[in-house]
Amino acid sequence: MSEVKFSKEHEWVTIKDDVATIGITKHATELLGDIVFAELPEKGTSVTKDGTAGVVESTKAASDVYTPISGEVVDTNQSIVDDPSKINNDPEGDAWFFKLKVKDLNEINSLMSRDEYEKFAKESTN
Amino acid sequence: MNKTALYNLHKKFNAKFVSFAGYEMPIQYKDGIIAEHNLTREKSGIFDVSHMGQLFVVGDDKLTDKLQDIFPTDLKNLLVNQSKYSFLMNENAGIHDDLIITKISNGYMIILNAACKEKDFEIIKSKLGEEFKISLSKDLSLIAVQGPDSKNLIEKIIPGVNKLKFMFGGDFKFNSNNIYVTRSGYTGEDGFEISINNNDVVKFVETLISLGSNLIGLGARDTLRLEAGLCLYGNDIDENTSPLEANLKWAISKNRINSNFPGSKQIQRQINEGVTKLRVGIKPEGKIIARESTKIFDENNNQIGKITSGSFGPSVKSPIAMGYVNNTYTKENTKIFLEIRGKKVSASVCKLPFYKKNYHKGDINVGS
Repeated sequence: MSEVKFSKEHEWVTIKDDVATIGITKHATELLGDIVFAELPEKGTSVTKDGTAGVVESTKAASDVYTPISGEVVDTNQSIVDDPSKINNDPEGDAWFFKLKVKDLNEINSLMSRDEYEKFAKESTN
Repeated sequence: MNKTALYNLHKKFNAKFVSFAGYEMPIQYKDGIIAEHNLTREKSGIFDVSHMGQLFVVGDDKLTDKLQDIFPTDLKNLLVNQSKYSFLMNENAGIHDDLIITKISNGYMIILNAACKEKDFEIIKSKLGEEFKISLSKDLSLIAVQGPDSKNLIEKIIPGVNKLKFMFGGDFKFNSNNIYVTRSGYTGEDGFEISINNNDVVKFVETLISLGSNLIGLGARDTLRLEAGLCLYGNDIDENTSPLEANLKWAISKNRINSNFPGSKQIQRQINEGVTKLRVGIKPEGKIIARESTKIFDENNNQIGKITSGSFGPSVKSPIAMGYVNNTYTKENTKIFLEIRGKKVSASVCKLPFYKKNYHKGDINVGS
C-alpha cells in the first residue's frame, strides 16, 4: 500500500497495485459537521481527476466530493450510504468512499503528503 | 457586525459563528448540530436569541384598539401576561414579519425577527402615531431555555416559573433585578423565553449551564423548529405569502376575520375563494435532502411548487422539508417529485409537525 496522499479538495487516496481507495479527510468532516447523506459514483463509470464523484450532505449544506485521481470505479462503500454518520466517526479508515482502477499512476505526484496537507488545511482554515 | 451580550461566553464554549441578520451568532458549539438537537429534545438547551427585537408599547384600552387596526389578533380578550402568535401584514396580506404579542401590565411587548425588527418598528410606529410611547430595547437580552429538563432547572433559579402555562408569562426576579419570563419557544419542546437585562444575562446563562443545561446554536434551532413544523421568516413565509397560504389561519382570531386590518380584504377573499398555493410538509424518499428552492413537480413533469425549508430531522431520523404546492396537491400522501442535482426524486406530502409537540398546557394560569 502506498503512502496516503491528499488533495486540495480534502480527499485522501491510497494505492495498492493499480487500485486506489478514496475518501474525505477528517479535516473535511470537521468543516462539514454531522454528515447525514452520501451519494457515491456508480460502479463501472469513469471519473476524471478533480471531477465530481459524489456528494456529501451535512445538517448544514451539500458538498461535492471530487476524485483526486482518474480511473474506473470498481467498488463503492454502501455502508456509508446506509449510515452516513460513519463518515464522521472514521473518515480516514472504514468510511472510504470508492475504489478506482487507476488510469495514470503519475497523477498521484501532484498530490500532497500528510505533512503538506496538514499545513495546507491549517492555512486554509485561518 | 453586532454582537450579543453573550458573545464572549459563546466563544469560551468553542462556538462556530455565522453572520445572521447583522449579528455574529453561534451556529454550533463543539459537539455539533445533531448532538445539540438531541440534548434539547432529551434534556435542556439554552438559546441566545438576543438578536431578536423586543418592542414595547405603553398604553391602555386605546392602545389595544389601535393595535387591533394593525394586527389580526383579538387583543381585547387577551389576558394580562398572555401571548399570541400574530403577523404584521401588508395590504395584500403578505407577511412583513411573524411575531409574538404579549399583554403586559402597562401595554404590550412584541417579539420580532432580527432581520425585520428595524423595519417593523418603523411600520408600527408610523401606524400608531405620536400618542403612544414605543421603543425597541437595546438593553435587554432574550434567552430561550427548551427541553424536558428545563422546567426543573429554571425553577431552581426563578422560583414559581414552573406554574406558567404555555403562551403565558409573568414578572420574576433574577439577581434581585426584574426579568420577564414566558412559557414559549421555537423547538416543539416545553420551554421558556426570558427577557433579561444585558448586565445579568451572562450570570443567568452560566448558572443554567452549571445546573446542567447546554448552549445550543442556530443550526440545531433550525432542525428543531423544522421538525416541529414551525415557519422560519424569510424562508417559509415572507411578503409574497399570506397567513392562509402558509396554513396559519389558526393565528387569525375568529372574531377578527371580518374586521379591518392591513390585508384583511385579501384574507376574507382567500377564505371565501380558497388559496392557489399552500404550505405543506414534505417527506423525500430515502435519505436525500431537499434544500430550500428545490423545485417540486407532479408526475407529468409540471412544476407545482418549491421547497422553502429542508434538512435532516435528527429526531425523526430522516430528511424533512416544507414548501408550497399548488392547491390540488396538498392532500396527505400525494406523490410529488423533487429536482435535486438534476435528478427527480420521489417524495410525498405529509402532515405537520414531523415531531409531536410536548408543550405544557397545565391548568394553572399565573398571569390572570
